[in-house]
Amino acid sequence: MSKIELKHIDKFYGKNHVLKDLNLTIEDGDFMTLLGPSGCGKTTTLRVVSGLEKPQNGFIYMDGKEIVNAAEAYYAPPSQRNLNLVFQSYALWPHMTVFENVSFGLKIKKIPSAEIEKMVASALDRMQIGQYAKRYPTELSGGQQQRVAIARAIVSEPRLLLLDEPLSNLDAKLRVDMRSELKRLHHDTGSTIIYVTHDQVEALTMSTKIALFREGELVQVDKPLELYSNPRNLYVADFIGNPSINFVEAEGTVTASGLSVDGIMGHLEFPKEDMTAQAPASGKLKVILGVRPEQITISRTQSAPNQVEAHVYAGMPAGSETLVSVRVGEEKLVTVKELGSTHYSGDETVYISFDPKKINVFDAASEELIKYSR
Amino acid sequence: MRNLTQTTRGSEERGCKRKMKPQEQTYSKSRRLKNQIKAVVTNPYNVIVLIAIVLLIYLIILPLLDMISTTFELAQRDIRAVGGGEAGDFTLYYWQRLLASELSWTMLIKPLINSLVIGVCVSVCAILLGSILAWLMVRSDLPFKKFFSLAVIIPYMIPSWCKSQAWLSMFKTARLGGAPGFMASLGLNVPEWLAYGPIAIIIVLTLHYYAYTYLLVSSALDSINSELEEMGEIQGAGKAMILRKITLPLVLPAILSAVILTFSKAIGTFGTINYLGSPVQYYTLSSQLYRNINSSNTQTGFAMAILMIIIASIAVFVNQKLIGSRKSYATIGGKGGRSTLIGLGRVGKPVITIALFAFFAVGIIMPIVILIMESFMLKEGVYSLSNFTLHYWIGDPDPKIMEGLPGIFKNDEFLNSLFNSLRLTLVNGVFGTIFGQMLGYITAKGRGKFHGKLVEQLVFIPYLIPSVAFGGIYLSMFSRPQQIFGVTLIPSLYGTFALLTLVSVVKHLPFAARAGTSNMLQISGELEEAATIEGAGFFRRFVKIVFPLSKGGFISGFMLIFVSIMKELDLIILIMTPTTSTLPYLAFRYQNGNSAQASDCVAIVMFSIVFLVYAIANLSGKADLAKSMAG
Repeated sequence: MSKIELKHIDKFYGKNHVLKDLNLTIEDGDFMTLLGPSGCGKTTTLRVVSGLEKPQNGFIYMDGKEIVNAAEAYYAPPSQRNLNLVFQSYALWPHMTVFENVSFGLKIKKIPSAEIEKMVASALDRMQIGQYAKRYPTELSGGQQQRVAIARAIVSEPRLLLLDEPLSNLDAKLRVDMRSELKRLHHDTGSTIIYVTHDQVEALTMSTKIALFREGELVQVDKPLELYSNPRNLYVADFIGNPSINFVEAEGTVTASGLSVDGIMGHLEFPKEDMTAQAPASGKLKVILGVRPEQITISRTQSAPNQVEAHVYAGMPAGSETLVSVRVGEEKLVTVKELGSTHYSGDETVYISFDPKKINVFDAASEELIKYSR
Repeated sequence: MRNLTQTTRGSEERGCKRKMKPQEQTYSKSRRLKNQIKAVVTNPYNVIVLIAIVLLIYLIILPLLDMISTTFELAQRDIRAVGGGEAGDFTLYYWQRLLASELSWTMLIKPLINSLVIGVCVSVCAILLGSILAWLMVRSDLPFKKFFSLAVIIPYMIPSWCKSQAWLSMFKTARLGGAPGFMASLGLNVPEWLAYGPIAIIIVLTLHYYAYTYLLVSSALDSINSELEEMGEIQGAGKAMILRKITLPLVLPAILSAVILTFSKAIGTFGTINYLGSPVQYYTLSSQLYRNINSSNTQTGFAMAILMIIIASIAVFVNQKLIGSRKSYATIGGKGGRSTLIGLGRVGKPVITIALFAFFAVGIIMPIVILIMESFMLKEGVYSLSNFTLHYWIGDPDPKIMEGLPGIFKNDEFLNSLFNSLRLTLVNGVFGTIFGQMLGYITAKGRGKFHGKLVEQLVFIPYLIPSVAFGGIYLSMFSRPQQIFGVTLIPSLYGTFALLTLVSVVKHLPFAARAGTSNMLQISGELEEAATIEGAGFFRRFVKIVFPLSKGGFISGFMLIFVSIMKELDLIILIMTPTTSTLPYLAFRYQNGNSAQASDCVAIVMFSIVFLVYAIANLSGKADLAKSMAG
């Protein structure tokens, strides 16, 4: 229930420039995920929003109200920002019971104790840990501690909820459960959520928007599926998607009607209307085809002329799906994802094809996207 | 390419759009200044840091400067020696006399050599002994570990002057006059070189200071993952090779800090030198320092103190160069999984066990037993039942015995000293611990920042100043009222309990703050940040989060200060007046007044208190001396 605008944020730790002129707007009700490899500045961004860190430059507005004005050295204290934070380590106070942990902030706000009890009970119930109110954090499992940390953060119904890699300390199964729980929480409370993770699956499954970071800069901010199907450049394309996207080098020629490409995947034609603004107007250039593994179909027999011959390098059936690594041409390895379970033996000859409309094309020199997936 | 913003118009906009131009923002410089000042002033942390720095400068830097300037000021009594001038004039007389005169050899060079000999020998012996004991206790399959690990700490609790007293009771020769020692009364002729002088001093101090090495090295050994050693074994290294190439380098930082601790303590100590050195005119810098200051030769005394500070600083500097980046070794291994004990072998095990028992019996139990025995003997050195008496404990005054001194429990002087000691240790324990934890909080939070480093360095300085000299500076500085612009800040503290407290707190700050730092570093910053987010202010965070979480550290910090102040003699010896006398000082006076038994009684009472407090803290399971010392 809160709109956050970050403008020209710079954050230095000593000489280390961690956030570089960051501009980001988080709309009211967004589930915004800050995604990127470790050390790219996503947690720092979260801490800057929370007020635990003071940026050296820039402005932050919350619903139009200035909360950070670095030029005037004005930083609203965290408690005045109507937000709450769930730490990666949970940061539960070990000397307080679950109830005391959750009620701590309410007591500071001098809320009557009858009301505190009601609010805490409701928060604990929401997280399904009502029965643990009298326990100490060390007497709880990791998943339960996680729930306490979230209960503590939502008990005061903040307008903005910040989550710093909250699921990274949980085991795989619990992590999947908590994902849907957090998504439900977002749906029920309608709070704006900023969520930090390095796990792209979490980002894609939970968020309404994803902001992808690289070395303190934003690379792309978009809806999850848009980020997946039209990554802005090679970095984004490579970071998003598991198994990773296949990059295949080819020679391209831009003409008035569009782009034609020749390479080990054969001859491909892309119409003009699918080209991005970054594409050159005409001429020859080196391109990189970005083909998602699931966009490739594989068959044992050749049935159409556009199919390319390939040789199985390794087949990896996993029940619901099968990953096949195939060699195209002399040495290029391409990953193919096929639904269902099929057994491919090594060096078997197969034929692969894909729909040219669906794939991305990047300029090899600038690494920018020059052809959208449709 | 950098100014990317999120657009709200959905995906058709293709995500990121280049920002045209940085948005112009209006801001006023005056508002900026106002906000900056407000941020600094309204943050209690800043205020506390400021107060801490001001206090530390006042209590540590100022006395130090005062001491330095004193050595260049002419004293009334020396006006004739320099031929004219006025008291307070600038003079190089004291330095010249100390460094370059015919007196230099006896005043400075010889004691200096003695000091260095003692310092180096004690360090080598104590480090060897302590390291071997630590290894046996932590890494080997030695039996009776529980007993040994307690016994090994006891020397730390018996003050070194107590041990010297026991040494004298054991080896005293006819030279000192009075009754003979235990050996002599058995008819054994104790050679003088063993009874007094450097050998005796080195043995007594080694038996005292090895505890430091033991504590530091054993906690370092404890943190080494035995898989590291096992890996060496798999690679085909023998036991000796593993010890030399893997274990030793990993505990080297701990050993080096033990060297510094031992060396600087050994050259700074005074009690033992006085007990065991003076009978044969064996002096070191610290005993010369005491003699000078005590005979109002303050300038010369301080000049010697400065030289000692320089020696200690050089030692610390060399140590830091040697440790360098290795400081963090201990944490790399972490306490990983199980720790496999190393077998001592079928022959080795019983031999080493018996040797250890013998060591404890001779080195630790015997001195205590001798002290206790002697306290029940009417005449020293007469070992017969008819000589047994309780007079020194509970006797009424008898003019024939010790000039009419009553048994200590009927002696007002003793009761007063007991009261003073308890008062001093309690007040110091509480205040010292609180200050130490606060300073620890500042250094832990200010890690890598200027104020954190400054506080850390300031707090460390008292460590370098020899105790006797430290007492001397405070005596000279606080004997006159402290004034600023004609306003009296602190009245004259001469002969007051306040001075005693002040000097003890400040001198023990390095330990207290170190304990505080290591304690505070264990509290994750996120726990405090979580409270900040909830709107808790600085004081609420400290009371509700930091304090409850650091209770254990408070207790061991308290213990450390309690124990070391209870047995403190060197530091307060110059400041003592009859009304402020403490137990160690009383024991010292009785010993010097040839009332050895009374002195023994006092020492036994003091030792019992220390041991009791240690046992209570240890049983409660919270105190960890090693942890607070290692820092």
